[in-house]
Amino acid sequence: MATRLFGKIGATLALSLSLLPGAFAAPAGGEPIKIGAIFGVTGPAAYLGAPEDKTARMLVDEMNRSGGIMGRQVQLIVKDSGASAEKAISFAKQLIDEDNVVAIIGPTTSGESMAIKDICQKAGMPLISCASAETIVNPVAKYVFKVPQKDNYIVEWLYGTMNKLGISKIGVIASNTGFGNGGKAQLEKYASKYGISIAISEVYDSGATDLSALLTKVNAAGVQAVVNWSIEPAQSIVAKNMRQLKMGQQLFQSHGFANIRYVEAAGEAAEGVIFPSGRLIVAGELPDSNPQKRLLAKYNADYRALYKEEASTFGGHAYDALTILKAAIEAAKSTEPDRIVQAIEGLKDFSGTAGIFNFSAADHNGLLMDSIDMVTVKKGRFVLYKGK
Amino acid sequence: MRRYAPALVCALCAFLLPPLLAATKTAYLLTQLTMSAYYVLASLGLCALMGYAGQISLGQAGFFAIGAYASSFLSTLNLTKLAASPIVRLLDLTGLLSRGSDLYGAPLLSLSPWLAFLAAILLAAAIAALIGTPVLRLKGHYLAMATLGFGLVIERIVRGSKILGGADGLSNVPPFTILPGLAVAGGRSARAANFAIAWIVLALGLLALVNLVSSRAGRALRALHDGEEAAGAMGVDTARYKLNVFIIGAVYAAIAGALLTHYNGSIGPGEANVMKSVRYVAIVAVGGMANLTGTLVAGLALNFLSLRGVFGRFDDAVFGLILIAVMLFAEDGQRLLRSSLGALTAARGRAGRRKGPQA
Amino acid sequence: MRGQLFLQYLFSGLIYGSIYAVVAIGFNIIYNATGIINFAQGEFVMLGSMIASALSGRMPLALAIAAAVVLTTAAGVAVERLFLRRVARGGVLKMIVTTIGLSIVIREAALMAWGEGVRTLPFFSGNEVSSLTLLGAHFSPQILWIVGITALIVAGLTLFFRLTMAGKAMRGCSANREGASLCGIDPRRMVTLAFGMSAGIGALGGCVVAPLTQTHYAIGAGLAIKGFTVAAFGGLGNSVAAVFAGLLIGMLESFSIILVPEAYKDVVTICVLLILLFAKPSGLFGSKAASSLKEY
Repeated sequence: MATRLFGKIGATLALSLSLLPGAFAAPAGGEPIKIGAIFGVTGPAAYLGAPEDKTARMLVDEMNRSGGIMGRQVQLIVKDSGASAEKAISFAKQLIDEDNVVAIIGPTTSGESMAIKDICQKAGMPLISCASAETIVNPVAKYVFKVPQKDNYIVEWLYGTMNKLGISKIGVIASNTGFGNGGKAQLEKYASKYGISIAISEVYDSGATDLSALLTKVNAAGVQAVVNWSIEPAQSIVAKNMRQLKMGQQLFQSHGFANIRYVEAAGEAAEGVIFPSGRLIVAGELPDSNPQKRLLAKYNADYRALYKEEASTFGGHAYDALTILKAAIEAAKSTEPDRIVQAIEGLKDFSGTAGIFNFSAADHNGLLMDSIDMVTVKKGRFVLYKGK
Repeated sequence: MRRYAPALVCALCAFLLPPLLAATKTAYLLTQLTMSAYYVLASLGLCALMGYAGQISLGQAGFFAIGAYASSFLSTLNLTKLAASPIVRLLDLTGLLSRGSDLYGAPLLSLSPWLAFLAAILLAAAIAALIGTPVLRLKGHYLAMATLGFGLVIERIVRGSKILGGADGLSNVPPFTILPGLAVAGGRSARAANFAIAWIVLALGLLALVNLVSSRAGRALRALHDGEEAAGAMGVDTARYKLNVFIIGAVYAAIAGALLTHYNGSIGPGEANVMKSVRYVAIVAVGGMANLTGTLVAGLALNFLSLRGVFGRFDDAVFGLILIAVMLFAEDGQRLLRSSLGALTAARGRAGRRKGPQA
Repeated sequence: MRGQLFLQYLFSGLIYGSIYAVVAIGFNIIYNATGIINFAQGEFVMLGSMIASALSGRMPLALAIAAAVVLTTAAGVAVERLFLRRVARGGVLKMIVTTIGLSIVIREAALMAWGEGVRTLPFFSGNEVSSLTLLGAHFSPQILWIVGITALIVAGLTLFFRLTMAGKAMRGCSANREGASLCGIDPRRMVTLAFGMSAGIGALGGCVVAPLTQTHYAIGAGLAIKGFTVAAFGGLGNSVAAVFAGLLIGMLESFSIILVPEAYKDVVTICVLLILLFAKPSGLFGSKAASSLKEY
């Protein structure tokens, strides 16, 4: 009789135990979705990578609080490459071979992106880069995308504004980086189309701390406006130097100026600077009917509340990369790389911080000229530029 | 025979480690181990110069970049437009050209990677010979300054030249076929083979330096290190020895640069950065200055940990801390080690102990 | 070239030249006391400007700068006593490598403390857009402060080394260490003093240029390299020469812009330096004897 009792208890126990694996299973929904990120959080591109890192973490936490993607929690694996190409390569291979992520967002810089473009393509790993070089998506590689706006659209906006202001003779200075040289090349390429003549065009060291000598040379060339194309703190120095040299020409900056810190660093010298930018920094001025307004306002508010600093358009690239990925996975109802890629290419009218994305098989960037607006600085704040 | 042990261990690892890692499902470690091996090769070349010849060089990254850029530039240089010219046709006939397609799918006719590799090495050696003669006449901090200046100039040149890819560097660097079927490339399928290539090259490099150090030339170098005037008085041609070691160091860096570039498939101006040179110097220092094995171990460990991102955003901070710690405590550690070893060997009645630089 | 243009380049050269001179002076003080190149010199400049920037919101500017100088001086002393003193037995090369490690750690600590963002200090007089005019050339009034304070530093140092006991003791120590200690001077205290002074001077220099050049956690390495270049140019150990060399190089970089793209002005400087070193290995004003004393 005892054996029978034990047998019954044993059977009950066995039955209960067999149900336990279900209780120990991964949190509601299934295995977490692993997303890899390579950002230059420290190092020479830290003012780009740190906001991207903060944005990504904030967004993933928010995603997980509202149920994750397809009911599965998101696990973000961030690797700090310090903007070093060889680390980006090593981390890309780690994320692909070891961590088995479903996609990689980043890297922060063009050099790193080009270094891992082929690796991701050959491994069939979807890559959504936060860097701006044209060569990342041209030639198009099936698995490689980028979210920042095209340089030539930025330039064309700039030149369009110059035409309206009657400016035809300019001086161009750019920092000796991928960003700076890329912009300079586009400026030179589109000058004649808009009837602009570039009287002087030079690069300066990205770590330059004083540009008065160079600006003196530019001034001596008799230009009507100065265009500065860089993404480093040198942008503020250019603004200050110009005023100290009593140069009255209009200063145009690149979209790299879209960070309130640079305005603060330049103080009064930033007043009146005109530059093209995504709409994040002037979200408050957008009409409620603007499809981007709600997400921009929310991003601004959340970021400010969490990190006690203003959001910048650079962090916005990480935002776009993650939201695009989420939308693609949900549309494809799968984390298979080919399905993700197909889904991204099928995204139309997708609102992001940088603009409205319309992807296709031939366009792995998805942004057009309408993603940009001209912005200026008034009383130390960014406002939409409405003409003189 | 004992001094060949590290090189032999490297050679053994080249063949034994891949199957071992595959068995424990950690084959992905081969990637970082391969990359580390190439960086260590550059440090070993520097160790010969710093530790034995006693000359500090803050320009090792410059030679690394020369090898890397020359090799990748020549193997991605498109000669299609010049296909009709006699030189190109001659090269084609002798099989020194290779065909492929560039970024955009257009036909690419370029120098065969072997030719590019050899040209890169020769270039590095030539530049080292050229600048070595005046530079090595300087002493102490001025020598450091001159090599630092050299490294800076190289970095500015590669960063500023559009033809070398500017700030974004060169990508789409083709694999380097050493033998039919064996190529230096980054693909996952070639992982084990590339690990073996890297570690065999490392073993050979180590072997060559160990031989150098224990040869007549090596003794001359050590004499040089201990006292240059005295060595000169003894008939050592100090200028020639210093220059030769300088060139050897440069060639090691260039080989490492060229091979790593083919493995990575790309190169950027970041590799020529002064901080990279500083890192090479630091690794030699952590290894014990005149200690090839020390440099090997320190270099592999530090590069491996860094490339795996073990310390995340604290990578540089940890490197700095290790550097300080080793400088502060290494001597005490070494003394402790030596005295305990001495206690162990005292029983054997060994009287004298080897002093000075060890292999 | 018109006079106005010439003056404009001259003023620009003064900005660069002064900061280079200050860093080079710091190098030389430590070099004279220890025979080593202090790779962490640039970090002292960074610390001075960053600390002042962090404090400037809460107290008057002068107080913030004073506090920054004091704190950085303390950091210099701490660095010497806690780390470099322990490595001194190991030789010059070990000490140099230790300063390399220290510069990395200080930089990363600054990143952790203050983040990656760029910071400035308020201008000492006027603001970002203030501009003075002299003979048709325009410049910020901050340049006058930079030149003035650099001149004060140099004058102060000259007086210190010539007239005060501590200064003479330091000179004695660098000339002949054993002789000095036989006279009752403690070489180790001189070394500590040297580090403290270098750190303080670097910090002051950093504060006075920060309004113009801005500052962030990573400016140290570039400054150290430049400072080292300038110090070598003038002849290691010769502080007065360092000032001239600094100004000279600042001018060279500024005027080279006429012929060479700005991004390559470094290359011009280095080439000039290398040619100089090959011709006169002990630097522009250095003496052969002085340079041969300090070796590995």
